Amino acid sequence: MEATLEHATRPRARSIDWTAPVSIAMALLLAVLVLLPMFWLLVTSLRDAAKAFTLDHYRHLFIDPAFIKPLVTTLWTSAAVGTICVITAAPMAWLVARTDLPGKRLMRTLILASFVTPPFLGAFAWVLLGGPNAGLLNKWYYALFDLKPFVDSSLINIFSAWGMVFVMALYTFPYVFTFVANSLDVIPSELEEASAILGAPAWRTAAHITLPLVVPALLAGFLVAFLQSMTLFGTPAILALPAGVDTMTTKIWSLFQFPPQLGLAAAASLPLLIITVVLLRAQTAIMGRRGYSVIGGKSSGTRLIRLGNWKIVALSLFVIVLGCSIVLPYGVLLRTAFVKNWSGPVIGNFSLEHWHFVFFEFSQTKSAFVNTFVLGVSAATAATILVTMIGYLGLRKLVWGHRYLAFLATAPVAIPGIVLAVGLFLSYTQPPLVLYGTLWIIFLAYLTKELPVGYQQIAASLKSVHPELEDASRIFGATRLRTLVDITAPLIRNGVIATWILVFIGSIRELSATILLFTARTKTISVTMFDLRESNDWGPIAVLSITMLVITFVMVAAISFFTDRRQI
Amino acid sequence: MRLDTCKTLPAMLLAFAIAAPVAAQETTPAMLAAAAKEGKVVWYTGVDVKVAEGVAKVFRATYPNIAIEVERSGSERVFQRINQEYQSNIKNVDVVNSSDASHFIFWKQQKWLAPHTPPDVQRFPAQFKDPEGYFAVWRATFSVMGYNTNLVPTANAPTGYADLLDPSWKGKLAKSHPSYSGTSLTGTFAISKALGWDYLEKLSKQGVQQLQSTTATPKSIASGERAVMVDGNEYNMFIEMDAKSPVKIIYAKEGTPFVTSPSAIFADAPHPNAARVLQNFLFTARVQQMMVNEGGLRSVHPDVKEPAGRTPISEIKALADDPVAMLPQITEIKKRYTAMFGN
Repeated sequence: MEATLEHATRPRARSIDWTAPVSIAMALLLAVLVLLPMFWLLVTSLRDAAKAFTLDHYRHLFIDPAFIKPLVTTLWTSAAVGTICVITAAPMAWLVARTDLPGKRLMRTLILASFVTPPFLGAFAWVLLGGPNAGLLNKWYYALFDLKPFVDSSLINIFSAWGMVFVMALYTFPYVFTFVANSLDVIPSELEEASAILGAPAWRTAAHITLPLVVPALLAGFLVAFLQSMTLFGTPAILALPAGVDTMTTKIWSLFQFPPQLGLAAAASLPLLIITVVLLRAQTAIMGRRGYSVIGGKSSGTRLIRLGNWKIVALSLFVIVLGCSIVLPYGVLLRTAFVKNWSGPVIGNFSLEHWHFVFFEFSQTKSAFVNTFVLGVSAATAATILVTMIGYLGLRKLVWGHRYLAFLATAPVAIPGIVLAVGLFLSYTQPPLVLYGTLWIIFLAYLTKELPVGYQQIAASLKSVHPELEDASRIFGATRLRTLVDITAPLIRNGVIATWILVFIGSIRELSATILLFTARTKTISVTMFDLRESNDWGPIAVLSITMLVITFVMVAAISFFTDRRQI
Repeated sequence: MRLDTCKTLPAMLLAFAIAAPVAAQETTPAMLAAAAKEGKVVWYTGVDVKVAEGVAKVFRATYPNIAIEVERSGSERVFQRINQEYQSNIKNVDVVNSSDASHFIFWKQQKWLAPHTPPDVQRFPAQFKDPEGYFAVWRATFSVMGYNTNLVPTANAPTGYADLLDPSWKGKLAKSHPSYSGTSLTGTFAISKALGWDYLEKLSKQGVQQLQSTTATPKSIASGERAVMVDGNEYNMFIEMDAKSPVKIIYAKEGTPFVTSPSAIFADAPHPNAARVLQNFLFTARVQQMMVNEGGLRSVHPDVKEPAGRTPISEIKALADDPVAMLPQITEIKKRYTAMFGN
């Protein structure tokens, strides 16, 4: 610190304060990024082929069963996912936060793992596990009970709306877990201890004291889970389409098949956008009144509830959930990657041919990896620079209207990936800027989509830097920019690195926006895998899945290296 | 006078070349040099990814100076991609192969194709090539029915499409999608003509597993996920049978759709010389024989021999494809089908 201060006191050349011009530039950039696609979405949805005003697309949307059915499916499946997540993740969070459950560290690590597993990888794996006749779990089930495929009904039919709900829930529950666990960390445990001292059994305390206190977190978790499921593309495309079930995202995607029905696609995007905005507002309102005037900070030593014999029940909940989301899927992907024929036995079937195919024969592998990394690195770098500057301007309240900057940076959270892609497609397939067919349009999608994540991460880091340090530098005569570079930047370095990695991870797994924006030259790994799925090439898919998981976990390990904060 | 002859002779030759584009264009050293300078060739194809990469591997070995990029997808998807790219003024594709022969009629109408006749194609029967040399049938297959022999005893196997409406097949069928696959579109169109849309309507009530590619359905029944496939590539069935998968082909008693799959060069190909080198290479007897032997495909090349053990084309009751009749109906076929079976 001394060194930095000394550095700042050195005599320096006169320089201009760039704060205002930089802010204006930021505002314009954000406006183009976020507002332009939404503008074209709205305009296109209200125009016919001759560019005259029409409400036909909306009329079509609300009377044609081909649209009403997917909308209804989307709503009920998302609600089901939200409910399942709350029912399973809330007890899990309570057990980790309040009881003497063994292996908590491992549990948290595995929950983090399912958090970072790309949902479409989970869906691929569950096709191999839960296909009604050839799926491994069903085969074991048939063998175990001496049943016959087709004659007897299967244990699981993953190709169904409920199969899709199940797999979505497996990779969405960590959101609810995190909300509830964080909320439990903040709620002082004195209230619960008082209840225990007064003689209430543990379940009663949990039901009457703890539960009401975490209701806001539960509701917020439900809403986030709902939104996550509503906007997924990969999972419904992999699990529901083979059963002839459409969701809004797969419907929008099918409207993009040539010749694209852009007006309808735009109109079909708006319900998703509106639902997201409304639910996010509800979530902010709920989280905003969290607390019920609970007094006191984080309590010092929470007395852990002893589970005793209930330990077995508690542990089996974790084993089932984490087994289904991590152990079984990862296992089946590994198995599939190393055997010739995925439905055959392991013994005598071992083969490296899929690895050889993917890395030495499949000509799309190289360009897919290059594209994915170029996009990941550039989106992460651009997003990090952007959110760091916006975060700084906003939190230090340096310019008039800084709130709008923060609002614009976090607004994309309300734009589902596929809706953003429709907007970008409309904006950049026409002059003045034709970006379709280049990596730029996908770059813009990733940058926009990841801004909110980056902003939240960087804002947390910035809040921990005392403004006094910066003020000292300013008093010694340094400009804002110089202060930012010399004082603030070194202090938030780790936060910046974590932001970069977070955006990188988010970008390399992106599917729902990429699926509408890629061309033959701009394929990513995720899109390549989706293409392989259409011809049932499971071996190469498993190889690419494992590669992607390894990259993701290396990156996650890097994050925990650079941040001391607790995981998820 | 002399000067005139010097001028007119090349002009006459040129005029002759334009008037008779069906004259074959061999892979000359000059063409090869120009192709090497272009450095690569981009090939969009609907053929199974492993067959495609197998062909690409031999191409690389034969022409080490020309990199080959393979973009494999379902033929209908390939068609959509190219049209979307051309509409956005993206010229990426050099050589294209699709199992929906009507695509070539469309592209030719749009004047997007370049005439070019590979030497081998000169000897192809007339019905398998465009009279003006814009495209020729690179491969062919049947869109066959098939079943898993572990799940269905041969005596109980269906013998034709009509059998599949029996309630006992409910939940056991897999079918590919005409919006994705050119073979499926060609085949579904042929079935709709032979048995009527009424048949497809009834079939859609049978709990059919809706897959995308006709390369996917043979893999599905080989894994045992479904017992019987309504349509799938004959060549993928041969590949599965060569790998000892428990599957058998059914040539339906109503007839089996025969699907020809042409290849063409785009007029605006970014690598025009490399494109011609690839197109010539694709039609050589060597590559055609390799695709038949290892890829299970049918070839219309006069020098290609059918491997033993495969039913000869002449013994299969074929439903011929009719791209000219299909072209104006494509959108309608896909729409009707999707309404019944989903996306």
